[in-house]
Amino acid sequence: MEPTLSQYLLVSGALFAIGLLGVIVRRNLLIIYMSLELMLNAANVALVAMSRFNGNLDGQVMVFFIITVAAAEVSVGLALIVALYRKRQTADVEDLATMKL
Amino acid sequence: MEGTLFNIFAGLTLLSAFMVVANPFSRNPVTSAMFLVTAMISISGLFVLLGAYFLAAVQILVYAGAVMVLFLFVIMLLDLREAARRKLNLISLAMGIMAVGALFSVYKSSLESTYGEAPQQHEAANTGQAEAKPAKVVGSTRALGQALFSKDNGFILPFEIVSILLLVAMVGVILLSRKEPR
Repeated sequence: MEPTLSQYLLVSGALFAIGLLGVIVRRNLLIIYMSLELMLNAANVALVAMSRFNGNLDGQVMVFFIITVAAAEVSVGLALIVALYRKRQTADVEDLATMKL
Repeated sequence: MEGTLFNIFAGLTLLSAFMVVANPFSRNPVTSAMFLVTAMISISGLFVLLGAYFLAAVQILVYAGAVMVLFLFVIMLLDLREAARRKLNLISLAMGIMAVGALFSVYKSSLESTYGEAPQQHEAANTGQAEAKPAKVVGSTRALGQALFSKDNGFILPFEIVSILLLVAMVGVILLSRKEPR
């Protein structure tokens, strides 16, 4: 029994939901960042599944670009976290509430 | 066969993704990073099932290789032992699960209304053109390269822009992580 498009999209949606849960619930900046990666990958799974079941390779080219941009994004984001840690000695979002009213 | 593999990889993906987010046994970020590796590898298994062989290889190279090394370096650099001791707020976890579960059920029901009954109607409408169903593409390195660099409708300009983006990201990272920003 070959899996259908909607099964793949369901997995992708569940993966996205788990990533969103991590962003909402966790308070550690690094874990939030990992959850963001999970959400990005959920979008990738959906794109590849669409590309497969519609017979068009453009979706996979898009995923290729997304992976490249995600790598750049991770490096910049982690550098920002390191710079923040140097300034504030914390990687916990509860301690970074300067802009809270 | 394919269905079994799909179940294995999908289950492994979701399980390890959940372990990244809310591991009941450990608060250590290194454990989360290791589960992120399993999640990425099983996602690349899903890519193989979808015929995207090149992307599966790139996924493992980039995520399980480069991104994971970066994450582990930063975890090492930051010394998060105190953060590991903080407990996860159970009320906020329950509220988060409820909110995200509501969002996911909306997504699921919309998916079911799109793909649930529609295929039968759709196929009943055009049983004559069953051949019109698109052929399944295979994302081998050759096919993807041809799609990327074909002269008439390729992605040559985005490719060059991405290379500039990588250069800018590299310079930005060096600038951000310098000891004494002037």
